[in-house]
Amino acid sequence: MNKAFRRGIRHGVPIGLGYLSVSFAFGMKAVGDGLTVLQAVLISMTNLTSAGQIAALPLMVSGASLAEMALTQLTINLRYALMSLSLGRKLDETMGTPQRLIFSFANTDEIFAVASSQQGKVGKFYLYGLMLTPWIGWSLGTLLGAAAGTLLPAFVRSALGIAIYGMFLAIILPPARKRRPVRFVVLAAVAMSLCFRYIPGLNTVSSGFVIIICGVAAAALGAWRFPAGEDAA
Amino acid sequence: MKWNVFLPYLLVTAGVTYLIRMLPLTIFRREIKSRFVRSFLAYIPYAVLGAMTFPDVFYSTGDLRTAVCGVAVAVLLAWRGRSLLTVAVAACCAVALAQGFLLLI
Repeated sequence: MNKAFRRGIRHGVPIGLGYLSVSFAFGMKAVGDGLTVLQAVLISMTNLTSAGQIAALPLMVSGASLAEMALTQLTINLRYALMSLSLGRKLDETMGTPQRLIFSFANTDEIFAVASSQQGKVGKFYLYGLMLTPWIGWSLGTLLGAAAGTLLPAFVRSALGIAIYGMFLAIILPPARKRRPVRFVVLAAVAMSLCFRYIPGLNTVSSGFVIIICGVAAAALGAWRFPAGEDAA
Repeated sequence: MKWNVFLPYLLVTAGVTYLIRMLPLTIFRREIKSRFVRSFLAYIPYAVLGAMTFPDVFYSTGDLRTAVCGVAVAVLLAWRGRSLLTVAVAACCAVALAQGFLLLI
């Protein structure tokens, strides 16, 4: 087997293991919300993104419009555009357009982080190896959670419900602690989100639009007050 | 969920997510000049995840009291920079322990 491909696989294994546990919680939640096991697995196999998939579930269940679904996904996943832009400069000559079309599918936060931390340029064999295990872990974890989640005792299931939010907190808190602009943006978004939940009238806005409004407004507010923070963030 | 309802959603979520990742790698390859736009894009993930986490996390376990315990542990460990997996697993354990404690009293 190609050496770069093997190195990619090796770097992907820890990501895949992490995905396995988080997607387990996603699969369990999806089936709890009324999706079939196959539907839950199909979402994971084709989307490969945690926050976007979690946000999609209540929209599907409540029969939201396709436009709301598209806008919600656009807002939540906009960060990938930045990662793709940045990673584009790190790809070597083996990454032509067809290879870029394939790898685009798997440019997740963690795969991006590992790929961009490599020395020099990266090529197709390394990247194909790197994306393989996380994709398998994400799909397999969803399958296990969707199929076996209901077999778990109730207290284990309710404890697992918090897993995905634990992961979100682990993503946002370390930079929020170190960088004032990020702290400001997070607090602004949380404050707005609380208003949309508890203030009568505002609490009738559907979950997708709440994420869109809070995300865009808090980020714009942050960019207006701290326009130089982008390199640090 | 009925397949005729599910499939359009699947197409939209997968399609939008793929296009966001694909277009900057293939077509739009130039740098973004505006400082405001670059900062805005960099802040978006933190804003979105913050809004998705609160207040939903408090309803994620079916009992506000156990959720508060889970959040406290997650915030403490995440603040100290522990890994995603550590924080997620510790939050689950804290909730499980809190549930056990509530059963005893």
